[in-house]
Amino acid sequence: MSRFLPQEHFHSPAAIELLPFRFERTDPSNYLVSNMVGDFIRLNSDEFGRLCQLRLEPGDGLYERAYTSHLITRKGQTSQHQILAMRLRSRMGFLREPSPLHMFVVTLRCEHSCPYCQVSRQSTDTSKFDMSEETAQRALKIALESPARRIKIEFQGGEPLLNFPLIVKIVQAAKSKASGAVKQLDFVIATNLALLNDSILEFCKAHDVNLSTSLDGPADLHNKNRPRPGANSHALAVKGIKEVQRVLGADRVSALMTTTEASFERVEQIIDEYISHGLDGIFLRPLSPYGFAIKTKQYSKYDITRWLDFYKRGLRYILDLNRNGHNFFEFYTLLLLRRMLSDRPIGFVDLRSPAGIGLGALVYNYDGRVFASDEGRMLAEMGDTTFELGHVENATYKSLVGSEKLVGLVADSLTQCAPECHSCAYESHCGADPVYHHATQGDAVGIKPLSAFCSRQKGVINTILELLEHSPEDAAVLRQWGVS
Amino acid sequence: MTLTLRGPSKSIRGFEAEVVSRVVRLRSPSTSPQREADAALIRSSSDFDEAIASGFRNAICVDGPCDMSESENYFPNYASLDSRFDYLGEGDVLAVEASGKRVRTLYRRASKHNSFLTTERCNHNCLMCSQPPRDIDDAWILKEIRDALTLVDPTTTAFTFSGGEPLLNGEAFFDLLTDCRDLLPNTSIHVLTNGRAFASSEVTKSWAGLNHPRLMAGIPIYSAVDHIHDYVVQAHGAFDETVLGVLKLKDRGQRVEIRVVLHAITAPRIAETCRWLARNLPFVDHIALMGLEHTGFAIANDDLLWIDPVDYRDSLAEAVGVLASSGMHVSVYNLTRCVLAPSVWPYAVQSISDWKNGYLKECEQCSEKPMCSGFFTSGRPRHSRGIAPILAT
Repeated sequence: MSRFLPQEHFHSPAAIELLPFRFERTDPSNYLVSNMVGDFIRLNSDEFGRLCQLRLEPGDGLYERAYTSHLITRKGQTSQHQILAMRLRSRMGFLREPSPLHMFVVTLRCEHSCPYCQVSRQSTDTSKFDMSEETAQRALKIALESPARRIKIEFQGGEPLLNFPLIVKIVQAAKSKASGAVKQLDFVIATNLALLNDSILEFCKAHDVNLSTSLDGPADLHNKNRPRPGANSHALAVKGIKEVQRVLGADRVSALMTTTEASFERVEQIIDEYISHGLDGIFLRPLSPYGFAIKTKQYSKYDITRWLDFYKRGLRYILDLNRNGHNFFEFYTLLLLRRMLSDRPIGFVDLRSPAGIGLGALVYNYDGRVFASDEGRMLAEMGDTTFELGHVENATYKSLVGSEKLVGLVADSLTQCAPECHSCAYESHCGADPVYHHATQGDAVGIKPLSAFCSRQKGVINTILELLEHSPEDAAVLRQWGVS
Repeated sequence: MTLTLRGPSKSIRGFEAEVVSRVVRLRSPSTSPQREADAALIRSSSDFDEAIASGFRNAICVDGPCDMSESENYFPNYASLDSRFDYLGEGDVLAVEASGKRVRTLYRRASKHNSFLTTERCNHNCLMCSQPPRDIDDAWILKEIRDALTLVDPTTTAFTFSGGEPLLNGEAFFDLLTDCRDLLPNTSIHVLTNGRAFASSEVTKSWAGLNHPRLMAGIPIYSAVDHIHDYVVQAHGAFDETVLGVLKLKDRGQRVEIRVVLHAITAPRIAETCRWLARNLPFVDHIALMGLEHTGFAIANDDLLWIDPVDYRDSLAEAVGVLASSGMHVSVYNLTRCVLAPSVWPYAVQSISDWKNGYLKECEQCSEKPMCSGFFTSGRPRHSRGIAPILAT
């Protein structure tokens, strides 16, 4: 049929052009390549060389892979660029909702005396370490000025339930003020639950307040991490979780663990502990650098390889549970999967660029000082005020977020242009953490090859990639997480 | 079953038309005509008498006592059709061509598969086109459809505009869509277009500006690779414009379906194409993966296009799995269950239009037949070696 033209006729004469991509050599003959929006493609050295030199043509297989992966386009075409632009716009969509999280440190007092805690105080003097109502009202005014349509107010401490009357006042004031401002409000109290009682539960029920607690693992581990008079922290936390689940509902309480040296060998037991209390997942958190390590500046990469082993062992255990029909998440993996498998905007405060300091969250300290992050406030307790943005007495939302200090810290740390980061194959799924790098290296940008944050990110993403590529049954579970 | 939707009239009188045809709506002879376009549907001599009594001036006689000389005294416009048009019923709309002595069924009220061909012109020349394009001036078709729309039952749930490429004559086509919106606001409209016109922001803006509540564009993307799509549709630059069109439609919140016809060029790559769709166009409203209708150009290009569906069964299962697990709405059209992996069955629908749909002898004992698409009876059907009854266990 002469009416139809052969395949070769549609090989465009227009020049092939490279689109921006990042890459890493994974071994002497293989490359991990990621396009502008973080889709990963593996190429061998020969293919990588041909791609870079544009020695590829329709029908050779490489052209087709490179084209569908948005590594190349043809001169004159626009759809390849437009797809990337649209996807990037979607991924960065969290920027449309600035400062959605506001943390109120209603007291520094705590009845626990956890060794890794840098902030809490053992004191009965309420005037010294409790937030005043006046400070709270000023903080609330700033929080409601933030442009986000939906904000979360999180009550922090110390142990916030020690100043519960102030929480009641803030919730009521926020609700009455926000009703005029057409702002949606979420509330959460970060508490060890030891002081939970019926009237607190009733209030939380009446005002849709969620509870977030600490659960470090089985009783002996938890109690060792979290000493309190009576050595009953674990028993009280578990009792509290059950109470919240019974009175408010199963989805109204979540738990966070703190990882310590003692956790490393016990990840399965820790996970079992979470499951036995009806929790739907766990966040296997890294060791916090804001304690001993900061004082000695000896937080080394050695710790991160041990943590990665801990994470991999835990994830393996969780995936096996899922493969046996028990739905249970590892929340950090889930977060990364959503970023790797979709373009939904994810503004997770600790893993985004521009950084989440200020733009993602503001922290109102008990004494009225405002910080760009919770860790920034902990640094201040140790004498480092780098992340202190101002004081509620004379600050507005704009003066805090538009401050030269914050703008400088955010601009300096952008992964899109920071040294090492800007050419990193994992950049699309990573974030800037200026507080961490300031704390560990004395510099908001940091030297990434020396950064445990960087090693952890690469380690976790590679673990996930390995499972997605080589373990079909695990991949099926992970893909479900990615779209959940 | 194959219905004859167009054919010669045994005899015809009157029905003079300004352009090509007169559009009529069939009515029971016992009712009074409400519109000038109403015609009595006559099947017997008692119908004939009733139609006279009811005051009809137009009549269509199907396989009945169609005495032309007697009718002359009562019906200025009169046509008689043979038994192939037995299926016609009340509310159906016909185009009667007096000069060509033939009729075309434009709309059947009882059918869920009504489709209006808007033009035979096209800027694609797809290797497998079931409606080969012709470069002719057929602008009259849109006028005929506009006449027909006034006669369509407003409770009709859905119909399709096909081509050719409906948007080649964008302005006149938008007038048609405006009529749909105003006359048939509860009827879903599916427009089969190659989407290239939407690469123009002006066109997309006009489309969105119709504010039609139930409008969907069905747009084919045959591959995620530019030259493969361009080859299938036989048009340079088509991929780029079509993808751009889809992006612009979605940017304005319009509903879009992506259609992929499965044949020897597209089917082996279908898993990759669907991975690309899931990753890059996750916001489209529906994806249809469609078995090939062996008619039109598909017959001429049989050597290039034929692939036995059982030979892409696994790739198709993977493709459907990728889309479904990404939360996308996917359907498989035109493929019988016996050639599909069971994991695909929940997505396989009875897609073939009622007037060209049938089953084989083997199907009689198949337990899946009530849910199965069956086969095209049009063109020159080519059957898979995988066809075999599925026996209930």
